[in-house]
Amino acid sequence: MNIILCIKQVPDTTDIKWTENNTIQREGLESVVNPYDVYALESALDLKSRYEDINISALTMGPSQAEKALRKVIALGADKGILLCDKKFAGADTYATAKTIAAAIKSKLQDYDLILCGQFAVDGDTAQTGPGIATFLDIPQVTYVKEIVEYTRGYVTVIRETDEGLEKIRVKLPAVICILKGEFETTRPTINGIIRAQKSKILKYGIDDIPLCPVETGLKGSPTYVSRAFRALKRDVNCKFIGDVKELVQVINSVRGKHE
Amino acid sequence: MSKGILVWAEVTRENYLHPVTFELAGKAVELASKMDETPVIGLLCSKPNLIGEFKDAFKHNGFDKVVYVAEEKLEEYKTDLYAQAAIDAIKTIDPEIILMGATTQGRDLAPRISMSLHTGLTADCTALDINEDGKLAATRPTFGGQLMATILSKNSPQMATVRPKVFRPNYLDSEKDTIFIKHGVDLSNKNSSIEILDFKKKLCSDINDLDSADIIVAGGKGMQSKEGFDLLRQFADKLGGSVAASRTAVELGLAPQQCQVGQTGKTVTPKLYIACGISGALQHVVGMENSEKIIAINNDKDAPIFNVADYGFVGDVFDVIPQLINSL
Ligand SMILES: Cc1cc2nc3c(=O)[nH]c(=O)nc-3n(C[C@H](O)[C@H](O)[C@H](O)COP(=O)(O)OP(=O)(O)OC[C@H]3O[C@@H](n4cnc5c(N)ncnc54)[C@H](O)[C@@H]3O)c2cc1C
Repeated sequence: MNIILCIKQVPDTTDIKWTENNTIQREGLESVVNPYDVYALESALDLKSRYEDINISALTMGPSQAEKALRKVIALGADKGILLCDKKFAGADTYATAKTIAAAIKSKLQDYDLILCGQFAVDGDTAQTGPGIATFLDIPQVTYVKEIVEYTRGYVTVIRETDEGLEKIRVKLPAVICILKGEFETTRPTINGIIRAQKSKILKYGIDDIPLCPVETGLKGSPTYVSRAFRALKRDVNCKFIGDVKELVQVINSVRGKHE
Repeated sequence: MSKGILVWAEVTRENYLHPVTFELAGKAVELASKMDETPVIGLLCSKPNLIGEFKDAFKHNGFDKVVYVAEEKLEEYKTDLYAQAAIDAIKTIDPEIILMGATTQGRDLAPRISMSLHTGLTADCTALDINEDGKLAATRPTFGGQLMATILSKNSPQMATVRPKVFRPNYLDSEKDTIFIKHGVDLSNKNSSIEILDFKKKLCSDINDLDSADIIVAGGKGMQSKEGFDLLRQFADKLGGSVAASRTAVELGLAPQQCQVGQTGKTVTPKLYIACGISGALQHVVGMENSEKIIAINNDKDAPIFNVADYGFVGDVFDVIPQLINSL
């Protein structure tokens, strides 16, 4: 089975510094592989450990530095890396991103069975790119997947966690599956993996390699745009510290409308 | 006259309308008043014979019109069949704006619709408005809740998803004379690529509780163990409230995932939120800061949770909570 693992390099959102104008200071911001994409990799590696002939190609669209993210997942066990990189791809929203990735898959990586994505990216958290890729490839999608239970020829069975409960779903391949955090041990890079990652040749494709025009990609190809970005407002309160439990009981009772 | 604001009517597995439907309707009515004669239209895709049960609810929540697709094959939510039915109906209705709940269903279906219609979608919005050009201005948190971005779409329909509990429904005492229109979609030759083999309802009913709870007692890593959470459960029971958790507590296995509040969990807006042993990371705070009152109990007086709390108590949860249980 050929798996395409879609990954994204994201800024480390736990370490954000602000400029005086309340914009995010992007210089010096550490980049990491989106944690949910690592979960997706872990489920791919889990399949690889259980079935023969599983091939994992990691794919990302991003600036040339995103190559680092590809090497990182190769070190963790992916077989090869593909980078979609072109100035014309910059500034893409989820629509243009999904369209570009789908076009690249259609024209360069036709021989695939399963596309794995992280359920969310921690910077944007839109959860739209996976379903978008599925839409443009006109294949099914299963989102919010906790676990890939079984792979049988032409199908996978997964556990999907919805707001209401757990669905066991069998989906026909090829399909896009978006992975939530599962119950995996965190994978660590092996020495062999690191060496392989250093030696790996990353395949690179630009706008001329895929069947799209420049106006269909990047900022130009994006239906949405950010009209304003601002720092999230803090709740405007002054915390009143309470010294003893009795008083705390009174506060709780008065808030819940119960007086003694 | 504008062609309308469409609200996706989400039918749950248990065949009721998800409350987010009415929260969105309340907002849609408000947005429509800022536009030019814009009707609020519900779109319901379901198995046959459900529409009758929902008519009153639609009438009391300000819908001008409801378009419904009623097909046997829509018995259970399946992305491909629902997308086909919804897209077909939407093409006929041709709305200016589409609002859907940021539930697992909405966030699965909305991108399928927006990408097929080649339009923009803003996920998980916390505020919606109509700007001076009459366009939908959708505001959402990004960067782990630290940056807010207002997003516009160049194309139409302009789409947004909104989490449950962000807006409040606007229940009308008097009925609106809502028009109900059946939309036929032929799904007879269409088979879903997915098969739902089994469904297990979530054991922890806190999920629904959290949405409607007036009082939430939330625990973090400071609760230390499952026994710590048992203590919270007792505390919550005393108050008639529900239990919630921080992500770290969930990751440590102290509480189930569906109890998680925050950026990657639920957004809650109870009358009272009591945070016990929670540090108050922004990703947690975005999910609870709209609570009416917040009380924080933490043994670190500098914990950031006190910046969002109305009342703070500096102390050990294992000392304070048993006393509270005894005195309440
Ligand atoms: C992309 C992303 C998404 C995230 N989404 C979420 C989310 O949805 N929800 C969420 O909650 N987090 C989320 N997080 C994680 C978040 O950043 C924090 O790590 C998490 O909220 C911390 O949980 P905590 O407060 O329980 O633990 P800690 O930060 O470890 O805090 C524990 C607190 O307990 C106090 N304490 C310890 N012992 C006691 C005691 N005996 N008595 C009283 N107080 C005590 C300590 O002083 C401390 O303040 C997310 C992070 C990322 C990067």
